Amino acid sequence: MIELENVTKVYRMGKVEVPALQGVSLTVQKGEMLAIMGPSGSGKSTMMNVIGCLDVPTSGRYVLEGEEVGRLTDDRLAEIRNRKIGFVFQTYNLLHRLTAAENVELPLLYSSGRNRRQRALEALERVGLGPRANHHPAELSGGEQQRVGIARALVKSPSILLADEPTGNLDSRSSIEIVAILQGLNREEGLTVVIVTHEPDIAEHTRRVVSMRDGQVVSDEPVRKPRQAVSLGEARERRS
Amino acid sequence: MSPLTILRTALSSLGASKLRSGLTLLGIVIGVAAVISLMAIGRGAQQAITANIEALGTNLLFVRPGATSQGGVFGGQGSASTLTLGDAYALMDTVYAPSVAAVAPELRAVGQVVAGSKNTRTQVVGVTPEYQFVRNVPVASGQFVTWGQVENISAVAVLGSRVAETLFGFRDPVGQTVRINGRQFAVVGVLKSQGGGVQGLFDDQVLAPITTVSYRLASQRTTQGGVTVQTVNVQVRSGDIMDSAVQEIATVLRQRHRITGDDDFTVTSQQATVETLQQVTNVFVVFLGAIASISLLVGGIGIMNIMLVSVTERTREIGIRKAMGAKRRDILLQFVSEATLLSLGGGGAGVLLGLGLSRLMDGRSLGSQTLHTVFSGDIAVLALVVSAAIGLFFGIYPAFRAARLHPIEALRHE
Repeated sequence: MIELENVTKVYRMGKVEVPALQGVSLTVQKGEMLAIMGPSGSGKSTMMNVIGCLDVPTSGRYVLEGEEVGRLTDDRLAEIRNRKIGFVFQTYNLLHRLTAAENVELPLLYSSGRNRRQRALEALERVGLGPRANHHPAELSGGEQQRVGIARALVKSPSILLADEPTGNLDSRSSIEIVAILQGLNREEGLTVVIVTHEPDIAEHTRRVVSMRDGQVVSDEPVRKPRQAVSLGEARERRS
Repeated sequence: MSPLTILRTALSSLGASKLRSGLTLLGIVIGVAAVISLMAIGRGAQQAITANIEALGTNLLFVRPGATSQGGVFGGQGSASTLTLGDAYALMDTVYAPSVAAVAPELRAVGQVVAGSKNTRTQVVGVTPEYQFVRNVPVASGQFVTWGQVENISAVAVLGSRVAETLFGFRDPVGQTVRINGRQFAVVGVLKSQGGGVQGLFDDQVLAPITTVSYRLASQRTTQGGVTVQTVNVQVRSGDIMDSAVQEIATVLRQRHRITGDDDFTVTSQQATVETLQQVTNVFVVFLGAIASISLLVGGIGIMNIMLVSVTERTREIGIRKAMGAKRRDILLQFVSEATLLSLGGGGAGVLLGLGLSRLMDGRSLGSQTLHTVFSGDIAVLALVVSAAIGLFFGIYPAFRAARLHPIEALRHE
């Protein structure tokens, strides 16, 4: 469903041209869960922005679910982001003056649709935050804020969930919770999940690892035995 | 996005920084209140002036002699002595001038009025009995000039209220005598005080029979020694036949003066005076409004300033919204509606404040004058529309800047 074909991306910094992607080809099937790894400056964030339709490639082809999106206008890209992509950010990127439920409603504001509140509550329920719907982000822990972020990414039932260092700001316990949620969504609902990370620990929980360096894919290998993350809640359930 | 959602989003954004929104609002509130109250004062003054002129009497025409010209030297309008008492009486002819209801000629002279040890310099107006009704000058005590006194060239005088007070204090002047330019006059009446305005001028004047003023006080005389007249006040039967009255007066006077070329008289209507004055006061009202609008403009710039700050501060929010699928139009609309809501809210509060202020000022004395304010709905509506437009105008640039932001850069913004 994601087909990148010889994609390049060049940023202009004043008069200097900085190549961020130098001919990347990548195919991701529906229902896959993969990690994109690499040191900072390797081009993984740029790749993420291109896949997430936040940016268009300088050259090459990008086909998302049969639709060539490399040459679309800003507003058409916004529409595709709204419909097909769910973003999870390292810094959560929640709006602080809104409650958890209102934050989750945000993507629904930019498309026609009814029962916004209802759908937002359902999404929060799926990440186990139903009781916290009316809390503001400041009243939630980091892990809880990230779960609100995931609920917001889920609320429009996207084709892909793109997570950019989703555990980068979290302690290991919260990190495992988040990974467990992402694995659950992938396994039980067949959601395509792409995680950008530099933590091998996180990558081991996916089924495929794409490594990048200097704007190119240097290795693309399946994970032989993906680790299963068990959230605290699940652990408690199993013990009893 | 639905209009309701846009409104709710804007309200929640503005509510997030209440103090700042309130202060920005204040700029518009003050601007609109200033426009409303200054316009109310302007309109009040306009109405007072119009009412003042209309108090002179209704449906009035003024006939005055034309300008003198002697060897190429032209005098002012009304300086010629071509209009006579005969002309004035001729206008009362019901056959040739059927539109005319009443005629009141007048002749003015300056006189030193003396009573005992007191004296004052004032205008002595020569009048006929009709003058009382045509020019609306009621008598407080005694009586007005009578026809008998006009025919007999009697040395009688009716004093204006302030003249009476100056010369006689609180004593009743009726029955007393005064000397005007050395001649003895019997005081037969005192005029009612009319306060300020044009009618108030009568308080400082002395009325006497027109014949007496002509023969005893004024120097102007016709070549045959007849009584000349400076102004003939003509009351027309009704307001809608003013034009035909002017025609009739002109026809009668041209015949009497045997005129074939240029007229030696002019006819002006009170309406024309009112209109001229209204034009002048309109300029005054617009001027006041323009001054007040400056503060409204400053308020608008305040909105623009605060919206630009807001866009910078909320760059990350814009990035998040764009990542979630907000189009340029959505972001544009969000910021424009915030700006418009600010200015419209300020406009609404400003209208109320302006209304309160003009109520408060109404009837207050300002020196010797009383302040009148007229609050008009059209100005309120206009102020609201203008303040909404200001929000739109000054909000569009910051909103455009917000909409143009690139999502990735906006998300990276700290």
